[in-house]
Amino acid sequence: MMLSSVAERIYWLGRYLERVENTARLVNVYASMLLDLPRDTNIGWGTLIDIIGCNEAYEKTKDSLEEKPIIRFLLADTRNGSSLMSSVIAMRENARTTREIIPAEAWELINNLYLHMKDSIARTGSRRGRQQLLETVVGECQRIFGLVAASMNHDSTYAFVQLGRKVERADMTSRMVDVGSISLLPEFNRDANQRQLLEPYENVVWMNVLRCLGGYQAYRQAARNHVRGEDVVRFLLQDTEFPRAIGYCLNDIDKYLRLLPNHDEVLQAVARVKKITTTVSVSELLERGLLDFIDELQISVADIHEAISLAWFHPEEWRAIKSVD
Amino acid sequence: MPIDWKSYQSGEFYDELISSPGNPRKHARVLAKYLASLSQQELQYRKDSVDHAIKTMGISFTVYSEAGNIDRQWPFDLIPRIIPGKEWASTSRGLEQRLRALNCFIHDIYNDGLIFKNKVVPWDLIADSGNYRPQCQGMQPKHQVWAHVCGTDLVRDGNGRFYVLEDNLRVPSGVSYMLENRTVTKRVFPELFENYDIQPIGEYPDRLFDMLSTLSPREVPHPQIVVLTPGIYNSAYFEHSFLAQQMGAELVQGSDLVVDQDKVYMKTIDGLARVDVIYRRIDDLFLDPEAFNPDSALGVAGLMRAWLKGNVGLANAPGAGVADDKVIYTYVPKIIKYYLDEDPILPNVPSYLCIDPKQCDYVLKNLDKLVVKPANESGGYGMLMGPRASKREREDFAQRIKANPRNYMAQPLVSLSTAPILTDDDVEPRHIDLRPFVLQGKDFYVTPGGLTRVALVKGSYVVNSSQGGGSKDTWIVNEGSR
Repeated sequence: MMLSSVAERIYWLGRYLERVENTARLVNVYASMLLDLPRDTNIGWGTLIDIIGCNEAYEKTKDSLEEKPIIRFLLADTRNGSSLMSSVIAMRENARTTREIIPAEAWELINNLYLHMKDSIARTGSRRGRQQLLETVVGECQRIFGLVAASMNHDSTYAFVQLGRKVERADMTSRMVDVGSISLLPEFNRDANQRQLLEPYENVVWMNVLRCLGGYQAYRQAARNHVRGEDVVRFLLQDTEFPRAIGYCLNDIDKYLRLLPNHDEVLQAVARVKKITTTVSVSELLERGLLDFIDELQISVADIHEAISLAWFHPEEWRAIKSVD
Repeated sequence: MPIDWKSYQSGEFYDELISSPGNPRKHARVLAKYLASLSQQELQYRKDSVDHAIKTMGISFTVYSEAGNIDRQWPFDLIPRIIPGKEWASTSRGLEQRLRALNCFIHDIYNDGLIFKNKVVPWDLIADSGNYRPQCQGMQPKHQVWAHVCGTDLVRDGNGRFYVLEDNLRVPSGVSYMLENRTVTKRVFPELFENYDIQPIGEYPDRLFDMLSTLSPREVPHPQIVVLTPGIYNSAYFEHSFLAQQMGAELVQGSDLVVDQDKVYMKTIDGLARVDVIYRRIDDLFLDPEAFNPDSALGVAGLMRAWLKGNVGLANAPGAGVADDKVIYTYVPKIIKYYLDEDPILPNVPSYLCIDPKQCDYVLKNLDKLVVKPANESGGYGMLMGPRASKREREDFAQRIKANPRNYMAQPLVSLSTAPILTDDDVEPRHIDLRPFVLQGKDFYVTPGGLTRVALVKGSYVVNSSQGGGSKDTWIVNEGSR
């Protein structure tokens, strides 16, 4: 018998675990990408704020669009609800309130990651310290999930961890497609100088995106081709074998949903996203820009979340079960 | 320097382990000798192991402060307190006798009121009590038991005798620390367990679970039992989570439960599931916004209706706290005699009731020698420690007593017994008390020993964890130990 409130916390534990890892990956790879780009491009740290979708919150801080304040905002600032530190705190809080459910060692690892972050977050001011910390964070997240996968019963509790992870991941991968198509953003595309400046670097950008997702090798093996925007977008949207591709995430969500009662509505929401990603013509998409498409995709992923919440966390109408035996 | 018991001075106080400098009590000889045999490094190593064990096991209590909620580590002293098994046997009987009588009393209050008709206890005391719940009048809970989990605070005075200091019949806490203390001691001092027959305490969660099962209104093989917590910011959240995990019960908050047609359900991913027994760790007044505090967001609307109809078991029952009032406390010896026709096995600390003009007069004249307690508070709040208070504080308190004599009682300051704790480089005596836990459902269970709380500050009598208290493992040792 799983309490709805516990299911909700476990689901968010999965989401934050994934978000912590992805935020760390994203910042690291973005920094490395900027080093590859020509210095007179307009692409800078401000673009990262756009991608993560926290421009409004950042504007309120009245800080400049330079590396240091942006990095502080994205990694250390607990007033920013989507900063790395905020996500780690939220992950720990969800773990602390499900200690009677999750493996004791998982709680210890999560607690230690939090303590480590608290001690070393100040070091993110330097590029080297930052890279080290972010790599540690990615490694620890994988360790935590490895432990969860290897020591928990693969029952409904585990299903909620996985749902949280994969919904979060699908969302993040869609943002990464956004990063890759950065040179297609209207603000750069409209400006002929910028367009000319960035065009030769398009592949460099896509390569960095793949590296961020740990999918460079997987892409080479699957695509059997050099890195090409169109192929990469197709790979990230539609592949069903690479674990960070949206196609794979959707299949996985589908699989774990079937372990849970009353899953029909959620399955339909998943099917709608699948339709969007599989029927789109990627070459056309790259012609006209991805902005609207990515919006549509992210909204449909958010619909899966809504459907999950409505099915198990906050149903409009509670259905009574007669017996618990 | 290793420990030298000859330099250990507990002065005029009764010490649990050492009767006079250099002379351990009979039951403590093996322990004292063993500790003295350890070098400074070996002792330090064990102290470090304790810290490490407590950290990895994540034993904590929450301190709510402006800087956010801090999970603080549980302060633990590694020298166990030892109580001989024979002495404990009679103490244990006394605890059972006391709770049995208190439950008869509570049942009588909410039903026939015979004890008032017979003028043993004045009804006015009940009517005025902050913990009397008129909503419970006429209720017949299963086994006629209201206080299912009782934490009785015992103290020893200078002559070494146990006295009952207070009964906690509402939501007594601390049992998880009692259990974790033993786990830590086993990890750190496994050698000691070879030389003593120590009564095990680990079965408490099972006993609690069995007791709660006997409260189920439905005759089903596996009643659904839940632990109701006020939430993660409560200082005892660790304990709530620990007990739920140990019993395999669900840990719920008010928002997880719903009452439909006077039955209680919990919200699960499968839909609503019937709840049979609630071990509630929130106060009466927050239980049900319909029946009590309408602003309470912690409780469940309709819970009282469900309980009064007998559709759910509640431990402890609402209204049970009426009998742990400090003024009612002074009547407990009479209550035991009245219901059980037995003499109390465990004595009360002598007490003065301010509602009696003669006794009140004595209290006001001797405020510098007495401890004055308000009737309805717990956790040491709102007390006057006469011998340690300033003149101004005493005068201020005298005014409060005169304004509301019903609300106060006074006791002489008990010279709490001491036990040695390990300080940075030595052993020193510190004052301690003892909280055993008593369960009553269909049957009785008394924990062998209980939670020994220690005032870690030299000379202090304050053992509460929020105010610098710590704790010790407590051993009930069977005679004839090797």
